[in-house]
Amino acid sequence: MNQPSAYFDAAAAAPLHPVARQAMLAALEDGWADPAKLYSQARRARQLLDAARAAAAEVLRVRPDELSFTTSGTAAAHAAVLGVLAGRRRVGNVLVHSAIEHSAVLHAARRHVEAGGVATSVPVDRVGRLDLDAWSAAVAAPGVALAALISASHEVGTLQPVAEAARACAAAGVPLYVDAAQSVGRVPVPEGWSVLSASAHKWGGPPGVGILVVRKGCRWESPYPADDREAGRSPGAPNLPAIVAAVAALRAAAAEADAEAARLAPLVERIRTTVPATVPDVEVVGDPVDRLPHLVTFSCLYVDGEALLHALDRRGFAVSSGSSCTSSTLRPSHVLEAMGVLTHGNIRISLHRDSTEAEVERFLAELPGIVADLRAEAGVVGL
Amino acid sequence: MGTDSPGHTPDEVVDCLGQRCPLPVIAAARRMPDLPVGAVLRVLADDPAAAVDIPAWCRIRGQEFLGASTVDGSPAYDIRRAR
Repeated sequence: MNQPSAYFDAAAAAPLHPVARQAMLAALEDGWADPAKLYSQARRARQLLDAARAAAAEVLRVRPDELSFTTSGTAAAHAAVLGVLAGRRRVGNVLVHSAIEHSAVLHAARRHVEAGGVATSVPVDRVGRLDLDAWSAAVAAPGVALAALISASHEVGTLQPVAEAARACAAAGVPLYVDAAQSVGRVPVPEGWSVLSASAHKWGGPPGVGILVVRKGCRWESPYPADDREAGRSPGAPNLPAIVAAVAALRAAAAEADAEAARLAPLVERIRTTVPATVPDVEVVGDPVDRLPHLVTFSCLYVDGEALLHALDRRGFAVSSGSSCTSSTLRPSHVLEAMGVLTHGNIRISLHRDSTEAEVERFLAELPGIVADLRAEAGVVGL
Repeated sequence: MGTDSPGHTPDEVVDCLGQRCPLPVIAAARRMPDLPVGAVLRVLADDPAAAVDIPAWCRIRGQEFLGASTVDGSPAYDIRRAR
């Protein structure tokens, strides 16, 4: 049981980037004061915050005054959805979203519906790509205040047709919100959106920092009680050391993104081709080509997802699963459900800058035996 | 899922109520070889994952998924043995 540990769940939280650790320690010394105050310690904190904002805006190619730091990616997603719906409530009360949005977006949508609003879910195909015809029709319907599309599926890695979806939104005069949590720091996000959110611990920043961008000209009204922090978009004193660390990691991740994608994509491809060749009855899901470079998902027929997760953990592999038995709600992943693919025996592997070829090779060597043992225990061999 | 009665009579019914996935899919896979080609197997299963996994299993195994219905208040999935 003394296996070296292979952490394969970067899509949940990537390990802290070394530059983030350095930046955070420096900012803890130097950036603890309230940046809103009017004395020298506060001015130093203000400088750090302004510099962090400018650097993040440069990476995302937006204006600094369009970018706010939030307390998480989830908080940014909630603010994106509810803030635009509030700001545009005179236009209408319809929210259009893909069926495969992150649960943070879907929970905000549910809040909107509970308050009397309407939410229209647009389906995806078998590989998890948005149905553009259905999307175009949905955003052109009367009363649409906002459309929400994830940049790439956090569960299966399929890149979404953001540019085409944005054109349909522009033609209908509807702002597009893109949840770019899995893309920022890894792959470019296509243009054409009005609102964007991201999450620092997905790119190697610390947890507890999100980014919300609202482009000029998009109406946004705070869904929270009044607070003037972060241009009124994120209440409460910002966690400045974590923000400084997050932006240091973002700059580093963006600079390394092409090289990392070129290194990780072949490892993901190796998993995609090897697993179905060495493990019987496996369904690899998601688009084989238009996909994130670091994430791969597959399901093993007749295998209990929770049992597979625990068996892999015992062998030193940390992975995620969309199977119902692994979720607190005991419901299967809504993403796999929307795609119409197997939900049991599901495994998501997401790699990061510390992931090595040797780790992937060890996984590929051990998985067939692990799955075979579980199937033998369950008496499902040969079914 | 419809609440109407299904439009065909199953040749066999397997009751997987209260079982969690993948058990209903395993039960269907175990029963299917005993049925003649063309026969209809009904799987009663209330795990929400069955609504996705039973049609997905049919697609993977080349069996014909006929549809979901509600029988005596329980979700029911009908499969025709195609091969």
